[in-house]
Amino acid sequence: MTILQAVNLDKHFGGVAAVTDLSFSVTEGEIYSVIGPNGAGKTTLFNMLCGYYVPSGGSITFAGKDLAGMETHQIAAQGISRTFQNLQVFYNMTVLENVMVGCHMRTRTGLIKAALRLPSVIREERQVREWSLEALTLCGLEHLADREAGSLPYGELKRLEIARALASDPKFLAMDEPAAGLNDTETVEMRQLIQRLKERGITILLVEHNMGLVMQISDRVLVLGFGCLLAEGTPQEVQNNPAVIKAYLGEDV
Amino acid sequence: MNRLKGFYVYAAVVALLPILFPDNYFVTVVGATILLNVILAVGLNLFIGYAGQISLGHAAFFGIGAYSSAVLTTRFELNAWLAMLVGLGLVYVIANLVARPILKLKGHYLAMATLGFGIIVNIILVQESSWSGGPDGLGDIPTLSLFGFDIDTDLRWYGMIAFFSLAAILVSLNIIDSRAGRELRAVHGSEFAAQMMGVDTVRTRTNVFVLSAMFASLAGSLFAHQQAFVSPESFGFGFSIEIVTMVVLGGMASTYGAVFGAIVLTLLPETLVVFEDYEMLIFGGILMGGMIFMPQGLFVFLTQKIRTVLNHRSGPSPKPQDAQKTLECDS
Amino acid sequence: MLSEVKLMFDQIIQFLATGLSIGSTYALVGLGFAIIYNASGVVNFAQGEFVMLGAMSVVGLLGAGVPYPLALLVAIAIVTLVGFSLNKFAIEPARGASVVATIIITIGASILLRGAALLIWGKDIFSMPAFTGDEPIQIGAATLVPQNLWIMGITVILVLGVRYFFDKTLIGKAILACSCNKTAAGLVGINVKLMLLTSYGLSAAIGAVAGLLIAPIAFTSFDAGTMLGLKGFAAAILGGMGSSMGAVAGGLVLGVLESLGAGLISSGYKDAIAFVIILAVLFFKPSGLFGFKSVDRV
Ligand SMILES: Nc1ncnc2c1ncn2[C@@H]1O[C@H](COP(=O)(O)OP(=O)(O)O)[C@@H](O)[C@H]1O
Ligand SMILES: [Mg+2]
Repeated sequence: MTILQAVNLDKHFGGVAAVTDLSFSVTEGEIYSVIGPNGAGKTTLFNMLCGYYVPSGGSITFAGKDLAGMETHQIAAQGISRTFQNLQVFYNMTVLENVMVGCHMRTRTGLIKAALRLPSVIREERQVREWSLEALTLCGLEHLADREAGSLPYGELKRLEIARALASDPKFLAMDEPAAGLNDTETVEMRQLIQRLKERGITILLVEHNMGLVMQISDRVLVLGFGCLLAEGTPQEVQNNPAVIKAYLGEDV
Repeated sequence: MNRLKGFYVYAAVVALLPILFPDNYFVTVVGATILLNVILAVGLNLFIGYAGQISLGHAAFFGIGAYSSAVLTTRFELNAWLAMLVGLGLVYVIANLVARPILKLKGHYLAMATLGFGIIVNIILVQESSWSGGPDGLGDIPTLSLFGFDIDTDLRWYGMIAFFSLAAILVSLNIIDSRAGRELRAVHGSEFAAQMMGVDTVRTRTNVFVLSAMFASLAGSLFAHQQAFVSPESFGFGFSIEIVTMVVLGGMASTYGAVFGAIVLTLLPETLVVFEDYEMLIFGGILMGGMIFMPQGLFVFLTQKIRTVLNHRSGPSPKPQDAQKTLECDS
Repeated sequence: MLSEVKLMFDQIIQFLATGLSIGSTYALVGLGFAIIYNASGVVNFAQGEFVMLGAMSVVGLLGAGVPYPLALLVAIAIVTLVGFSLNKFAIEPARGASVVATIIITIGASILLRGAALLIWGKDIFSMPAFTGDEPIQIGAATLVPQNLWIMGITVILVLGVRYFFDKTLIGKAILACSCNKTAAGLVGINVKLMLLTSYGLSAAIGAVAGLLIAPIAFTSFDAGTMLGLKGFAAAILGGMGSSMGAVAGGLVLGVLESLGAGLISSGYKDAIAFVIILAVLFFKPSGLFGFKSVDRV
């Protein structure tokens, strides 16, 4: 069943066309990867999906609902979450607190209740803590729960972003270059983590430059070049596609 | 409870001081001013320190609260507590109204908008003399009374303000340590990521703006009754900056820090009376120097120093920015 | 009836003329804001104090017996030095600070400078002699003093000069390059620190000139710069933060509207007018009249 569908998406910044007439659909439960050289428009696609950029044309439908006009927090409420290529960690909080923010949509306490610290607030705090530790454990970060987020090395920050997204219990997780800047062991761990997420039933939209990783875990791959769809298919199909080979290796091959 | 240990210690000190020194000017008079400023600083700290916004017009809400109480009790002979509530309601409405357009703005634009708002309110207080008394202000404001007791001595005022001041701190501590508080800090940390976690950040910022405005309004009402006199001078741009300075000194994102900032900044002019001419120079120097050399605030700076001395070791943690920088470029 | 209309019309001409004159000072202060903002991304809340220091220095120098034209030049030099120091001792050490932090630092600087002026000159209000006499001149329906003409004339010259500086000279272009991308500017051999220093000096000098121009018709005191600085900031925002010519236009617009509003609506609310306008603009077009919207990349 299709969970995400993009139809004729366009985005240009002034004269720069970042995404052009892009259509694709993601099936529930799969790992769908988007690859393409730097500047191909992958992050721009994510930003449109999340309501940060307004598409210049086209539409995005999630679980049958048109996302047009929705604000980011409303899109999040549909069950979409994401991680960022340029980390967007809350550096002013601890690791655990970062993930606790992820539980935002599953809880209710507002300012007034919080100010009075009613018993319901304390109960909710306990529950949030539990959920968050669970997400941290899944990402192998539980031992760092009380550290300041700013004191974590890069690889762990990447996993922290995933844990935070998981805490919101998403149906759909978009990951922007999760393995960028990771060493080989960390990359393997990341691959296992992504696979675990898939096993939990989360649909994954993955942007990644590490071809080994992409080809190993993806169900389908979309290749972007200068904002346009170059090819789409299973990892094998894409790897053997002449247009893709040309785009990646240049005219001379 | 461990979470509130600091609060209980502080409350005990606030309660003990006037018992030990009931006739000391620094305790009952200056102390009451400190406690009043604590309400303002703790409230603004929620907005500036935790949510990472800026307001250069907060004195306006202090003024609206004060004038509501002053006008309603002198001209309409309304009960003082009711007047205080009306003031709070008025500030709630006004803050919500201006928040909608103002809080779309960030950084310099937000600074300009709040600054402009503050100046306009101040000019209204000066100009509308038919009800505000104009530049001369309003006098003969009746004092508060509680269960038939008039709050009419320095000591009683100390007690009254201390009560609200402690409540303000408790509310701030409770909020910060909750879902609502994490929302604020998330907006500060990364607004987009906060939205991605489902936080309606415009609403978050509006709510905290309104809340901190209401803290100021409450302080304003108390101030009007305590002084029995209000004039626009007390609610100008300069005072807005003073409240910001308290927050900055305290480290912007620490409730106790804001308390500390209020204490230092209120005591400073009192202890520097001899240097009256130097007050501005020193005040400006503190703002500049504090922000340049101790961006984390004097309070945090001092507590960290003390901690380092106490346990000798404490490896500096790598700065988050460094981690970010290495990854600016796509691989 | 007809004469009433004519009277009204004459009045409006008069308001326009005084508005352009006061607007010119806002334009200069706004220009100072824009130059520093462009070069360093900092909104310098001490800009108004440059204006005050310019005027006060002249008063002080005249008091010490320095001849008038020389006093003007020395005053500009002094304020330029203050601008250099602000950059050297407050902005440079705080590189990388957040917007909120830099706002607080420059507010601190403005209070510090005001405090220093208070120590040196006390709380008195001083008057400064006009450049060339006080004999009113009739121009059409408007009556102006010669100083009004000086204000507008020198503003035009300064604005054109600044425009030429950034468009045509090597240093001007180098400063603009720094504002676009400091790292890249450094890589092509531009001395970024020096360029920042230059912008602060230039901005301070322009502020000082504004002070010399306005003081003869508006008096001066240790706190005369505050309101002027805030209105200059409003002018810069109105013009779209970071656009020099926008700031100039913003200043003129504010000056004229303020003068019309004070004359036709209420003089008591004169100082509020600029802020009402700026709030309206911020609410409906937050990027200013001539600015562009920017998006953070994530
Ligand atoms: N906010 C923006 N303003 C202007 N241009 C942008 C913006 N965001 C992206 N672009 C441009 O869009 C193109 C695609 O960028 P991006 O989506 O970041 O690529 P990728 O993530 O595939 O490396 C690039 O040319 C980039 O410069
Ligand atoms: Mg990208």
